[in-house]
Amino acid sequence: MIEQVADPLPQATAVAKVVLELDVNNHPGVMSHICNLFARRAFNVEGILCMPVSDGKRSRIWLLVFDDHRLEQMVRQVEKLEDVLNVRRHGAEHEVFERLEGFFH
Amino acid sequence: MTQLTGAQLIVRLLERQGVQTIAGLPGGAILPFYDALSASSQIRHVLARHEQGAGFMAQGMARVSGVPQVCVASSGPGATNLVTAIADACLDSIPMVIITGQVPQAMIGTDAFQEVDIYGITVPITKHNFLVRSAEELLEVVPDAFRIAMSGRPGPVLIDVPKDVQNQLIEVQELPPPAVADLPPQLDLAAVEEAARMINEAVRPVLYLGGGVIHSGASPLAVQLAEQGGLPTTMTLMALGAMPVDHPLSVGMLGMHGARYTNFVLEEADLLICVGARFDDRAIGRAAQFCPNAKIVHIDVDRSELHKIKNAHVAIHADVTEALEALLPRVKAALRTDWLAQVADLKQRFPMQFPDIGDPRSHYGLIKAVADALDDEAVVATDVGQHQMWVAQAYPFRRPRQWLTSGGLGTMGFGLPTAMGAALAEPERTVVCFTGDGSFKMNIQELATLAEEGLNLKIVLMNNNALGLVYQQQALFYGKRQFASRYRVEPDFVKIAEGFGVPALDLDQADDPRAALAKALSEPGPCLIHATIDREQFVYPMVPPGAANTEMIGG
Repeated sequence: MIEQVADPLPQATAVAKVVLELDVNNHPGVMSHICNLFARRAFNVEGILCMPVSDGKRSRIWLLVFDDHRLEQMVRQVEKLEDVLNVRRHGAEHEVFERLEGFFH
Repeated sequence: MTQLTGAQLIVRLLERQGVQTIAGLPGGAILPFYDALSASSQIRHVLARHEQGAGFMAQGMARVSGVPQVCVASSGPGATNLVTAIADACLDSIPMVIITGQVPQAMIGTDAFQEVDIYGITVPITKHNFLVRSAEELLEVVPDAFRIAMSGRPGPVLIDVPKDVQNQLIEVQELPPPAVADLPPQLDLAAVEEAARMINEAVRPVLYLGGGVIHSGASPLAVQLAEQGGLPTTMTLMALGAMPVDHPLSVGMLGMHGARYTNFVLEEADLLICVGARFDDRAIGRAAQFCPNAKIVHIDVDRSELHKIKNAHVAIHADVTEALEALLPRVKAALRTDWLAQVADLKQRFPMQFPDIGDPRSHYGLIKAVADALDDEAVVATDVGQHQMWVAQAYPFRRPRQWLTSGGLGTMGFGLPTAMGAALAEPERTVVCFTGDGSFKMNIQELATLAEEGLNLKIVLMNNNALGLVYQQQALFYGKRQFASRYRVEPDFVKIAEGFGVPALDLDQADDPRAALAKALSEPGPCLIHATIDREQFVYPMVPPGAANTEMIGG
């Protein structure tokens, strides 16, 4: 049919960062579902960390993202994923990524 | 305790789920499943000629029944051929379970023959998908796939099953119970109260129904709400049939090819009650200028649709049926004489125009003649293009699930196999598929399946030997530079149909096209009805891409 002529996207001016903490099922493909969701919306994930928790049936994923106007919709989309059990939002002051800085500098 | 192969287990689980018909096409990696399926006395297999045809047949069955339906293909190209039908189901929220064969697990990742990562490919176009790694897992995965497909906002779920998993023998103690849908979200009664208050206080409210009303089975409730509250009601392409088109409160379809008055009514609204719709760009035009004076109540079972395109003043995350049931006792009976008089005035001044509708050799006239020869029990499917919009505008839809069309993805080739699915699921009905010559050629191979199954399906081919909607846009928006939209050779569709074993009628040759049409539609079995139409006839009104809905041209 016809090409999309949408209003131009507002430029991402926000510099504030947000840390998202996800509880997810642990099996191959879960990361793919989550990363694909961000990628296909052209939403960059700045940092990502994932480790199994308790008996290995679950994992916890930490995502570092910019707090732009699409974040609320992104979080709602993440919450819809079958393997995502819940999503918590933290401010950029959360120390999980800061404590990893040593490995990157 | 029973010993079963993974393949036999899948068949048993499908039978337990009540599956009656599966559309598919076999190949190497799915042969163990087909072997097991051959032993089923409950499930009938329909052999498609292309996997995309199988995918749309399952869609057709699902669209008329509302129950998840199944299609099957082999690995590699078999699986990739399903992709368009899966994406189409995802965008129109159609419940479907897709089973694909995969190369044995030991060969995954080796670029084995007919290996493709269909799990990875379908991540963005399914509601969920699975790559099964043991026969044991099937006990959970198969019921889960059905549960996910039918819960909340429906959608397609893919199960990729490696060949070794299909062959693996396991001891099964007990089969799991058939899947049922999850409970709908908890209804926020405070929000319902607030919505009712806004409806009661509104002066110029409009009810805006989407496909979610059909999926939820809430059409009678939506009509009741409209009648009780005196609400003029517009429907999206996906919701046609939710309210009979000749209901006094119906203002028809909104959006890009809606009637002028419909979009003007929305312009005047001070409250928009959006039920199971998603503010799609084809429906609302330029979002910022849609219903500029209206507050918005939005009811949807998918929370991510709320506040996505337009901020709602009251957002209700709920199953549409439950929300309307709660809303009804709280909405005051209202006549809204002034507002309905204003709507009637707009309708009279800017009505939908149907030029030449009395002539069955014109596009609108042909659609009208088909409708006149049928009753409301018939199912109407379309392909995608000009004919689709003309049918949406002119066919008198009066019943939910009467109308099957590819809304979100706009897939040419959708019509024939989807209509076949409808005819498979509801053999007692007459099914009509309106198509265009461009669309028809995209799944024309399914004529062979149609002849084999002898379905009661009439294909009405509106032939202008062009990609009509492309031709139209080039005429209107690209300086009449009509490039790559006209065919230089015209196939003989009557001979093609007959060659496949499907009887055909050429309306161009009929002395009395109306009588010939009525006769062809009343005879049982398949038939192709061919009619040449004028390429210079365009779909009007039309909102130019990127414009506001009130900036329509034509009509």
